Amino acid sequence: MPVVDHLNTTLRKLPSWVLYAVGAVYPAWLLYQGLIGGLGVDPVKVLEHEMGERALQLLILGLAVTPLRRFTGLNLMKFRRAIGVLTFFYVLLHLLVWLVLDVQILSQVWADILKRPYITIGMVGFVILLPLALTSNNWSIRKLGPKWRTLHKGAYVAAVLGGVHYVMVAKGFQLEPLIYLAFIVGLLAVRAIGSGRSLLRKSVHG
Amino acid sequence: MAHRWKNDLTQADVTPEAAYLNRRHFMAGLAGVGLASIAKPALAEGLEPNSWEEITSYNNFYEFGTGKGDPAEYAHLMKTDPWTIKIDGMVDRPGDYGFDQVMSEMTVEERIYRFRCVEAWSMVIPWNGFELADLLNLAGVQEGAKYVGFETLYRPEEMPGTQYPVLEWPYKEGLRLDEAMHPLTIMATGIYGKPIPNQNGAPLRLVVPWKYGFKSIKSIVRITLTDKEPPTSWNQANGREYGFYSNVNPEVSHPRWSQASERKIGGGLFAKRVPTLMFNGYENEVAGLYEGMDLAKFY
Repeated sequence: MPVVDHLNTTLRKLPSWVLYAVGAVYPAWLLYQGLIGGLGVDPVKVLEHEMGERALQLLILGLAVTPLRRFTGLNLMKFRRAIGVLTFFYVLLHLLVWLVLDVQILSQVWADILKRPYITIGMVGFVILLPLALTSNNWSIRKLGPKWRTLHKGAYVAAVLGGVHYVMVAKGFQLEPLIYLAFIVGLLAVRAIGSGRSLLRKSVHG
Repeated sequence: MAHRWKNDLTQADVTPEAAYLNRRHFMAGLAGVGLASIAKPALAEGLEPNSWEEITSYNNFYEFGTGKGDPAEYAHLMKTDPWTIKIDGMVDRPGDYGFDQVMSEMTVEERIYRFRCVEAWSMVIPWNGFELADLLNLAGVQEGAKYVGFETLYRPEEMPGTQYPVLEWPYKEGLRLDEAMHPLTIMATGIYGKPIPNQNGAPLRLVVPWKYGFKSIKSIVRITLTDKEPPTSWNQANGREYGFYSNVNPEVSHPRWSQASERKIGGGLFAKRVPTLMFNGYENEVAGLYEGMDLAKFY
């Protein structure tokens, strides 16, 4: 597959800090647009939605790294940490916009987290991602050993919660959130089947 | 006819177009240096109408898509001329009423109303329109009629959003007859003295200012008088979240969010939430309609 080889060669030359930089500049640029009226008449909702949707896209990209390598040969492995950390960063910004700019009232925030199922689910997803973000460094990987892998499987749970959260926010019957959820569930299924196979192979070869 | 209700907002509350355009520039300039929060003029205290741009670029009209900007982008596809409104059911003079014919019989006046969406945002809109009661009287409401049902145009080739089953098309809404006959209830045909844009429900739409915005059905092609509560789209889609009455009520939460406060559109990124008023501030005028009713049950 020459196209994939070319892509892999190009990507090898791209340092992962570029991803962090682009990922950090984008929200800052959005915030600036919001201040100068570039996000329309309801900038709060645009920021909130944009951060949430980008976080879901990054989650999906993160889940796709392994299947992409297996099925197409495209190697995004070296960007996986950056994708994961940015996912958390966007989820955090989504939460902050909701908390500070949208709901504003702290007692209301607590009431919402406890009383509104879609918010509860979103919050659980955030809490699961928190230790993952904090341990996304070489030191933690060394320190935690095999426990690190188990801990970071939390990303699968968070992904499903994120997808469900989006489906539950929608008013009426809307396709887009269901497409996101389908991608997430599909990628997890591919992963489950894949790991099932490799387990089988391992047991066959003893 | 008309002028049965005294507006507490006057022409003086309508910001002239030039002034709000200026203000936008002013705000944009200040925002650039981080001073947006002090840019709100004193008028905004109470009920400064939103700008034409705000009112016509931020809409829920799912026939054109579920994004707030979709109606402004696609509603031009809808043909509004010629336009007829079928009035049927329990009326003395059922039939197809041409829009121009209706307009020739009605007294159009300005009504500056608060507009509160069920999604917890709000605007203030200077409508032009006539009282629904006058239109219903034109058709002659029969004894025994208790409800009014409304239907929006359903023309898939002009409404790209209808290819998705977001709601059951055509969009339907309904009122109790006494709500429909209330002097606050109008059929709007204009905003800021201009013909109402398609995305806001051209050529005529209902405005019931004490109810959540989705009750104020747009681009109406049919009005039916009945003695039974008519089915309404959001209620059919999710009855637990959207009741038939859907009166603005800060004490009754939407299952997914609180209705106690609202975000006023136009305040920018750091606008403070404001408390939502009972019946959207029209309590004195309409509370009597619901005397003795449990508003938590009949939400």
